[in-house]
Amino acid sequence: MSVSRGSAAQKAAPVFAALADPTRLSLVRRLSTEGPLSITRLSDGSGMTRQAITRHLHALNRVGLVRDTWEGRERVFSLDLKRLEIARQYLEDVSAHWDAAAARLKAFVEKDKG
Amino acid sequence: MTIRTEKTETTDRIEKHFEVTATRSRVWRAIANSEEFGAWFGMKLDRPFAPGATVIGRLTIPGYDHVSVEIQVEKLEPEGYFSYRWHPYAIDPAIDYRSEPMTLVEFRLEETAGGTAVAITESGFDRLPASRRAEAFRMNEGGWASQSRKLASYVS
Repeated sequence: MSVSRGSAAQKAAPVFAALADPTRLSLVRRLSTEGPLSITRLSDGSGMTRQAITRHLHALNRVGLVRDTWEGRERVFSLDLKRLEIARQYLEDVSAHWDAAAARLKAFVEKDKG
Repeated sequence: MTIRTEKTETTDRIEKHFEVTATRSRVWRAIANSEEFGAWFGMKLDRPFAPGATVIGRLTIPGYDHVSVEIQVEKLEPEGYFSYRWHPYAIDPAIDYRSEPMTLVEFRLEETAGGTAVAITESGFDRLPASRRAEAFRMNEGGWASQSRKLASYVS
């Protein structure tokens, strides 16, 4: 276990929690493929009201996954990619942890063969 | 050392494959004897591994010695297979992990010409709802996830 893992886990946990919802995940996906979008565009074809979409965007905004700016009279949301990177990194840490443990196991059994 | 990470379609498991130059019985002792397991893993376990046993481990890594890990042993098949369940990354003492699903960790040993082939798998990540989302980012290599990643490394 690396010393950085504790703080990585603490940073990643709220990001995961915010993403653990199909609507929010699809919002993130759209912002990722289509770039910054207004609430109107995000609601169109979603089968959800603007109010519902706005609530989900706020949840993503609270953990820093999206940010909003005003363009004229429209509020436009875009992805904050650094936060996404934290979430991705966390899962790679699971894998890296096993690499390190495997290397320690190998060293342990090879120093004393029998 | 070469550690092969199995690339699978599923987002549910992580697989590691590697070979060691030690006999299978030596490797078995290193994983099935809780004292030896703790020595290389980096924790002090409070009792021997036995099927059905709950073993509590305290990390021995400086700065993490307040963290305890609960290991629920499932199967011990001498010199071949060892499995247990735990909460992955349950290292934040402020969080009660007991209500969360556990992942399954499995060790498989096979004799080879030069020693022993070891396979370690951890599975059950799909049952952790939040982690599954994160896994989706990683696994969707050709799509929006990899694009985001490229952009993220560019902007950070």
